[in-house]
Amino acid sequence: MATAITLRAGKFATTPRVATAATTESTAVRWILISIALCFLVLFLFLPLAIVFSEALRRGIGAYWKNLLQPDALAAIRLTLLAAGIAVPLNLLFGVAAAWAIGKFEFVGKSLLITLIDLPFSVSPVVSGLIYVLLFGLQGLLGPWLARHDLQIIFAVPGIVLATIFVTFPFVARELIPLLQAQGQEEEEAALALGASGWQTFFRVSLPNIKWGLLYGVILCNARAMGEFGAVSVVSGHIRGRTNTMPLHIEILYNEYQFAAAFAVASLLALLALATLVIKTVVEWRARRQLAESTQWNGGEQVV
Amino acid sequence: MSIEANSITKKFGQFAALDEVSLEIPSGELVALLGPSGSGKTTLLRIIAGLEFADSGTVLFDGEDTTQRTARDRRVGFVFQHYALFRHMTVFENIAFGLKVRPRGQRPSKEQIHAKVDELLRLIQLKNLANRYPSQLSGGQRQRVALARALAVEPSVLLLDEPFGSLDAKVRLELRRWLRQLHDEVQITSVFVTHDQDEALEVADRVAVMNKGRIEQVGSPDEVYHHPLTPFVYNFLGNVNLFHGRKIVN
Repeated sequence: MATAITLRAGKFATTPRVATAATTESTAVRWILISIALCFLVLFLFLPLAIVFSEALRRGIGAYWKNLLQPDALAAIRLTLLAAGIAVPLNLLFGVAAAWAIGKFEFVGKSLLITLIDLPFSVSPVVSGLIYVLLFGLQGLLGPWLARHDLQIIFAVPGIVLATIFVTFPFVARELIPLLQAQGQEEEEAALALGASGWQTFFRVSLPNIKWGLLYGVILCNARAMGEFGAVSVVSGHIRGRTNTMPLHIEILYNEYQFAAAFAVASLLALLALATLVIKTVVEWRARRQLAESTQWNGGEQVV
Repeated sequence: MSIEANSITKKFGQFAALDEVSLEIPSGELVALLGPSGSGKTTLLRIIAGLEFADSGTVLFDGEDTTQRTARDRRVGFVFQHYALFRHMTVFENIAFGLKVRPRGQRPSKEQIHAKVDELLRLIQLKNLANRYPSQLSGGQRQRVALARALAVEPSVLLLDEPFGSLDAKVRLELRRWLRQLHDEVQITSVFVTHDQDEALEVADRVAVMNKGRIEQVGSPDEVYHHPLTPFVYNFLGNVNLFHGRKIVN
């Protein structure tokens, strides 16, 4: 993300660079570059998206609905919503807490914590799924104990939720850290000196200042939580109607040559992606403005 | 309210920001902490405010030990160098904040808050800008809003960290005269930090000159200017010619 640059450039970051005669290219070069970019976009982004929807609707809208309303498909949708519904709020909580600690305080092991937050990004999702199997599986570290207490985590809903939480953990925290660092502590100190309690300071001063960044992180987190395949695939066990999330269900349908059904469910995920994109663009714009304002703010420049 | 700081020591890692510093501020006085950057003046101010805690030493308000109390319980008005206005609140909401967050029993009614904020807006001459956001104000206007916000809670002590540091020369001159006037009107014990000699000498009743975590001299502007106790004070307060001499004894 462009955060680091924005921070350093301060208030100049918001002024767009205007091409001058010296930096501009000839018309031909410009058109060639634009067409290459457009070709790429059409080939790799628009075409697949269009195919998803056309395949899903090939047998007509009636078949489309029928495919979506199959019990297994509905179960997969429910499970995906459940996993995201648990993972997103929890990661919202963890993310705010972690970002808060990193952005506002100095402590030993801070860089270690930052590295740990990034871990889910750097580890392959399949590996993170395997970690849970090795931990909670029957042959795993805690497996025997869990079995004795009749608790099933792997090949059951808890495992899916855990894997989703792990994979989507960095989104909220990553989004908030640069924002909190840019804002510094002065406003919180001011609130405390004015007699506000810790909670009042958080809800009246800190939270309003990060709300757009927070929302942006939550949207990304949610998109990933619903779309996650690798980690969930390892821990789920692919039990139809019970431990299949939408992405897993799509794969099964596709492997069984039920293309229309597979694409129908896939179209839901694609719709989610499109909705995310629209919300993201709006929120991102607001969030960037908030960050720009924060950096300007602490620069202490004057607007006379 | 009088302030008394007794042998305050504060270290950041290996660096001693304050080294056994003691300072007494009588009630109602306007005192400047003057010194070059890194001399510990802001740290001392923050320790008096309760935003920072000393490694050793005590802070007394009216003879009462407040060393263990947090900023929230000390009832000080603090004006930050970069104002620290709440950016998502209007000028009005900023000033009203300290009154609105009071516990239910002590919170004034809506009308009382309104009246109080109106009165402060008149004091800082920004009555027509009550609904603006801080980002829409000039530096000098923000500074005055920050002051009004600190005064709204009727603090017993007003602490200002480089209050005019980030203003241009002309606005700075106006604002410091205005602060002096304000202090004559409100008569609240005030401490402000500055690295600007003129500012300290013109505005303050008394000046404490600081260097390398110690107070070199405390006195009225006249005293420190005309009778500097140490070479540092002499050097820092004006353009000086230093002659080295040797005493020849026959």
